[in-house]
Amino acid sequence: MLGKKRRFRGGEIPTSSMADIAFLLLIFFLVTTTIDMDKGLGMVLPAEGEEIEINKKNILNCLINSSGNVLLGGDPVEVRDLSRTVRQKIAENDKLVISVKAHKASSYKDYIQVIDQLKQANATRVSIAESN
Amino acid sequence: MKINRKTQLESEIPTASMPDIIFMLLIFFMVTTVLREYSGLPISLPKAKRIEKLKSKRHTSHIWVSKEGLVSIEDKLYKAEGVRHVMYEKRVSDPQLVVSLKADERAKMGLVSDIHTELRKADALKLNYSSKTAVD
Repeated sequence: MLGKKRRFRGGEIPTSSMADIAFLLLIFFLVTTTIDMDKGLGMVLPAEGEEIEINKKNILNCLINSSGNVLLGGDPVEVRDLSRTVRQKIAENDKLVISVKAHKASSYKDYIQVIDQLKQANATRVSIAESN
Repeated sequence: MKINRKTQLESEIPTASMPDIIFMLLIFFMVTTVLREYSGLPISLPKAKRIEKLKSKRHTSHIWVSKEGLVSIEDKLYKAEGVRHVMYEKRVSDPQLVVSLKADERAKMGLVSDIHTELRKADALKLNYSSKTAVD
């Protein structure tokens, strides 16, 4: 009889501590999660071998030299005024493609400033020429 | 006495569903957590105004470019030509891949341009130039 009693005693998993275990796991994941997202300028590169011919009239060359000066369609412009100038040019010709070409030794900062200015001018057609 | 009895009503917060609530939160944080983080290279990011947020950390892969011209992906150093193979494999395993380029503002455009070319060859076309928010 005694043996039988023992066999039936306490066949349950204790669930009272489950909440505590879940809390611990929750705290672990809360601590390890980083919610802050990366921010930056979005850009979609053209696929390899997808070169298209564009009418020369619709191309606006934007050159950046090694000291960070910008030449827009043959005229030197201040980086700060770039968005205004580009907006005017787009208003004149909505098919305009801006071709950004940076010198090999130019700094990334100047390039980002130019891209940022073009984004501010709502220029969607931007092409990046290879630096050489 | 009658009034007294009324005030003795039970006023406890039900705790029976607490584990469920905690489990829900737990699942949320488990799903949103990305455990692998890379330290990258020491860089100072350029500043820009028109910045966008990257949608998902899960589909983002970083390329660090330091001012000395070092290229690092997942804490391994590569040459510019090596980027193609790494990124191609990543692109195959995740079609929604967005490449976040964390380049130092003093990095040379020649190298960045080489990375552009490599990314194009690897078919990883969605690029994001990581930058800080510029304040006027």
